[in-house]
Amino acid sequence: MSIVQNFEVFVPKLIEKREFFSPGHRACQGCGEVVALRLVLKALGENAIISNATGCMEIISSAYPHTAWMHPYIHVAFENTAAVASGVEAALKALRRKGKISDRYVKSVGVAGDGGTADIGLQALSGAVERGHDMIFVCLDNEAYMNTGIQRSSQTPFMASTTTSPAGKVIPGQRTEKKNMPEIMVAHRALYVATACPSYPIDLINKVKKAKNTAGPSYLHILSVCPTGWRSPSNETMKLGRLAVETGIFPLYEVEKGKYRITWEVGKRRPVEDYLKIQGRFRHLTPEHIKQIQEKVDREYELLLNKVKYSKSWA
Amino acid sequence: MGKRIGMEVAIAAAEAVALCRIDMAAVYPITPQSHIAEHLSDIVHNGQIDAEFLTVESEHSAMSACVGASAAGARVYTATSSQGLILMHEILPIASAMRLPIVMGVCNRAVSGPLNIWNDHSDIMHVRECGWIQLFAENGQEVIDMTIQAFKMAEHPEVMLPALVNIDGFQLTHMIEPMEMPSQEEVDKFLPERKPFAYLHPDKPVSMGCFNMPDIFMETMKAKDMALRNSKKTIIKVWKDWAEIFGREYQPVETYKMKDAEVAIVTMGSMGETASVAVDEMRKAKMKVGLVKIKLWRPFPEEEFKAAVKGCKTIAIMDRAVSFGGVNGPVAAEIKSLFYHEQERPKIVDFIMGLGGRDVRVEDFISMAERAKKKKEDTFEFLGVRE
Repeated sequence: MSIVQNFEVFVPKLIEKREFFSPGHRACQGCGEVVALRLVLKALGENAIISNATGCMEIISSAYPHTAWMHPYIHVAFENTAAVASGVEAALKALRRKGKISDRYVKSVGVAGDGGTADIGLQALSGAVERGHDMIFVCLDNEAYMNTGIQRSSQTPFMASTTTSPAGKVIPGQRTEKKNMPEIMVAHRALYVATACPSYPIDLINKVKKAKNTAGPSYLHILSVCPTGWRSPSNETMKLGRLAVETGIFPLYEVEKGKYRITWEVGKRRPVEDYLKIQGRFRHLTPEHIKQIQEKVDREYELLLNKVKYSKSWA
Repeated sequence: MGKRIGMEVAIAAAEAVALCRIDMAAVYPITPQSHIAEHLSDIVHNGQIDAEFLTVESEHSAMSACVGASAAGARVYTATSSQGLILMHEILPIASAMRLPIVMGVCNRAVSGPLNIWNDHSDIMHVRECGWIQLFAENGQEVIDMTIQAFKMAEHPEVMLPALVNIDGFQLTHMIEPMEMPSQEEVDKFLPERKPFAYLHPDKPVSMGCFNMPDIFMETMKAKDMALRNSKKTIIKVWKDWAEIFGREYQPVETYKMKDAEVAIVTMGSMGETASVAVDEMRKAKMKVGLVKIKLWRPFPEEEFKAAVKGCKTIAIMDRAVSFGGVNGPVAAEIKSLFYHEQERPKIVDFIMGLGGRDVRVEDFISMAERAKKKKEDTFEFLGVRE
């Protein structure tokens, strides 16, 4: 008996039926980020306040006088989302303690893209996590500055072609490797850190719920396929997310108080070429380039397995 | 009843903030603001008030956290200076556009470069278009009073705008002065709990900070400008209420010996006290000189300023910031545009003085008034520069 055949019976137990992100927003066709966001908001439930960075999700959802947000929502600027969310958290704590608002536990949640998290937003995020606020920070990573027109970020993968790391005659795309944000957050002693992808919705939802039940800072890094920026067919978004995981390019794992655990075992990893070949941003790669990428992915995966094997919870 | 105290002004500012029963403060230390940051942390850590104290990693995050907390309904405070103010500049117009009643102490200091930690007004002039209510304190008592008043002005339902109090760095912040500290009962009576119009909470979800397309952006800007202009009558009302309770009167523009004055010296901030001594000296020498002190810089008190200098032939302005490559200093620019349409307008002479902590003495004000009187037309010059 499959879950799909008994949708009404089983799905409500797994996924919140209510929608917290309304239809009618302006996301591109096949946007993986907005799917991720919708799942995150469902998993959070109603007791959350969202602070959102400038970027795709803000722009598609909040053209005055419209809003797609059912949660209390605030957008301030690009680089300061974690600081805003930390202010919201501090206010909630003080006002609840002083009896000025209803006595209801509400989670402060920051939501930003990869730029608003790993690049321009890194300082504010580092500060907020170091201060130990009871908040979740969600990075919706589509691996470049998509909102401004596909410019490279520190999350753009090695050799991907973007408008500021183009596949040129001399330099074949992005010269650097993806900055390891989850590891940076673990180094901050964030209580709960996890990677997720909307192609694995139940895994994603479980992680959001875990983060919600963590009293202290937690961080979620969610790979969000961007057909517009990745030059991929918009009907292949879910498949691409799965390929990212199955090739080991974006492994799904969580880190609870320093202890690493793979949450989605892939068994034998597929070759990276399966993932690369359906994306226009990797169209220029030669077999030698692909070999280089495979080696780097193998190395990173090995490092992760070592962390899983040797890391211990500090609790 | 309040209590007579002798106290460093920065410490007194922090005590005044405590009297306002803030819910949250987010502060990043910078000279000469740091004593406010330190003393506020003492106040919170010792349980003198029940508030969250966020030791943020930058001024940008200080203002951002204040925006988040204020949007969630809290009464919030921060303070900064110079580089810190400029670092948080990006968020200042957002705070005013979102109509959040944040209160900030700006301990005025020169803007780098070269680095200089001493007093002038270049920091506030860099951010003067931020849409905040901007007050200038002249002495320690005014720092206490204006800090408390600022919350009342900012949170007033007809205002709902952030407010900042300019406190001259070192020349005010680090002075030990005799002051009267209001009692908690008096402040509670004057400043009731904040009642936000809307705030972030799942009890009643709202979206804040939605972006504007070209079809609505200009309307939003005009609304913000109107809100700031309209705040003047509430500001004056708040000062009237204050005078009734505490006996100390405040006006957007204060005058000293202006009745028959032919030359008016214009100052903002702590220099008003030195200038008033200079006016006394000149009056002894039968010079018809008076003093005009601007206490409310934004919204600019147009009628009040005009009334203050009525009949005066020469206005000598002390500008404590440079508008590089501009026609003259920022205060002079404001006042010249104020008189442009007048049939009979005074001669307006602009002096750039007291930059980066350079001493401005009584003699400097006397020389300034004498030079201004002799000028045939509007001029602009640096006063006291070695060449």
